[in-house]
Amino acid sequence: MKYDLYDFRTRKLLESLIGLAMSVGVIIALLVLWEVSADLNLIDPMFSSSPSRVVTTGLEMIADGTLWKHIKASGRVFLAGFGLAVLFGVPIGVALGWFKWVNRAFTPLVSAFYTMPRIALMPLFIIWFGLGDAARIALVVLSAIFPLIVNMQVAMQNIDGDYRKVGIAYGATQWQLFWTIALPSSVPFLLTGLRLAMGRGLLGVVAAEIFGGAEGVGYMLQYAGATFQIDVVFVLVVVIMSFGVIFDRSLFWISRRVESWKIAEA
Amino acid sequence: MTNVLTNTLAFDFGGTPFGVAPPGVAGHPPKADDGGAPLREGPWGATPAPEPVSAAAPTRPTLEVKGLVITYQNQKTGELTEAVSGVDLTIGHGEFVTVVGLSGCGKTSFLNAVAGLIKPVAGSIAVAGKTVTKPGPDRAVVFQKATLLPWRTVLGNITYGLDLRGVPRKEARLRAEKYVDLVQLRGFEHFYPGALSGGMQQRVNLARALVTDPHLLLLDEPFAALDAITRENMQAELLNIWNLTRKTVLMVTHQIDEAVLLSDRVVVFSGRPGRILAEIRINLPRPRTADAKYCSDFDLLTKKICGIIQHSASKKATWSYEI
Repeated sequence: MKYDLYDFRTRKLLESLIGLAMSVGVIIALLVLWEVSADLNLIDPMFSSSPSRVVTTGLEMIADGTLWKHIKASGRVFLAGFGLAVLFGVPIGVALGWFKWVNRAFTPLVSAFYTMPRIALMPLFIIWFGLGDAARIALVVLSAIFPLIVNMQVAMQNIDGDYRKVGIAYGATQWQLFWTIALPSSVPFLLTGLRLAMGRGLLGVVAAEIFGGAEGVGYMLQYAGATFQIDVVFVLVVVIMSFGVIFDRSLFWISRRVESWKIAEA
Repeated sequence: MTNVLTNTLAFDFGGTPFGVAPPGVAGHPPKADDGGAPLREGPWGATPAPEPVSAAAPTRPTLEVKGLVITYQNQKTGELTEAVSGVDLTIGHGEFVTVVGLSGCGKTSFLNAVAGLIKPVAGSIAVAGKTVTKPGPDRAVVFQKATLLPWRTVLGNITYGLDLRGVPRKEARLRAEKYVDLVQLRGFEHFYPGALSGGMQQRVNLARALVTDPHLLLLDEPFAALDAITRENMQAELLNIWNLTRKTVLMVTHQIDEAVLLSDRVVVFSGRPGRILAEIRINLPRPRTADAKYCSDFDLLTKKICGIIQHSASKKATWSYEI
């Protein structure tokens, strides 16, 4: 019995290790292929760079502080925009989902904005808020807020009628129904909303900075592209990618922790 | 043949620790016919009552329903359908009354109205003299589906009703602990409902209602979603819990044998719209155990009730099957 369990755990561990090795392997294989084709001049490093050149450029940019400067500028815009989006998006979504008449009144407006490409509003924001961070933050807010609004709205509208009935039968007030039933059951929706909002927010930052500005990852990306610094472009792509992955994984990890009761169910 | 099999199983599996009457209540005399037996201060009945009910109990029946009419409106067409049509029912203090009837006869609507979950169009409902307009702490419902909140542990689910009433966390926990033992869930207090079997979930459902110490306990087909063996176990346990707590109970079921086994009185509803066809007093001795099924009276009573339902509905039915 004990031996069987040991066997089972070893097999599980082995399985996950092989999985990890395979996913890392694919990335390494692609990088090697890229490097080799650049070294053999199968592709022109002038246009396509190569992993070694990207690493060298990246280290240089870290050393002279330019990378950090631009990351800081973008990070500021992203965090401010994302924070404001959460602060306003969640309550708005809850209100839309909870109150029938608010829903009826505002849903068409929300849908109209939801489907619209937000970057189209950037010229307006620059006119309204100037060329500083404010216009960029506005675009990030507008990009990130809709997944939150829509997810919270859906969460409120999908509250299990049976749970609601239990709450009512035990004398819950509307407020108590909200706190003890609506809110806990909306957590999965909130986390999905946060993950989507994160992706949209990142997109918003880069787009806003490409559109106009004098610093930030997006600005530098645009500048490097225009001046044919392909290595720099790739460094920035890697930076944005890593940020997205780290943020997404942390949210995923949080959601696993918060919903431990779901694991018990599985 | 099937009957013999299920009965044998019931005998084997019904032998839970509570299958035998506990010594504390063994000497309790069978309930008087008027249903007005005084509340026995057993270890569970002694939980602090929210209001001094006992004083009002002898004069005021626990439940008084008069001329109750319930109609439903079709949400698409606006058409009205009558679900319950003019029901009068009185339940005395400490009485266990069951409503039986065919599916869709309005018995669950009746229970929901008593719970305050739906509003009747005519008639009155009063619990311990107080008119029912909405759900209240004087009643607690055990639903057919356990509907435990999946993000609360077993203990958290049991204290749910108390939490809503603002009972301090510590006190709620203490009160819940007692019911954890009563429904035999010791060791599972910190499990989430998703990890429990159907029968265990239903016990939590029952404990969640009992812990609020209601004047009237409402059971809405509490065992209908369980498999046959678990159901018989739960019936035996409910009998025992009732022996210990002596709650006033209104139960709704479509299982006649279940109704006869548990109740002091069985009320038979007609097909939709529900009216009372008959009220049958169950004179099987109290305290009862699941063995009451082997009394000759038990068969007579189930057959009698079955006959009434059969007579009203042309549908054929045998007592051992769900009708």
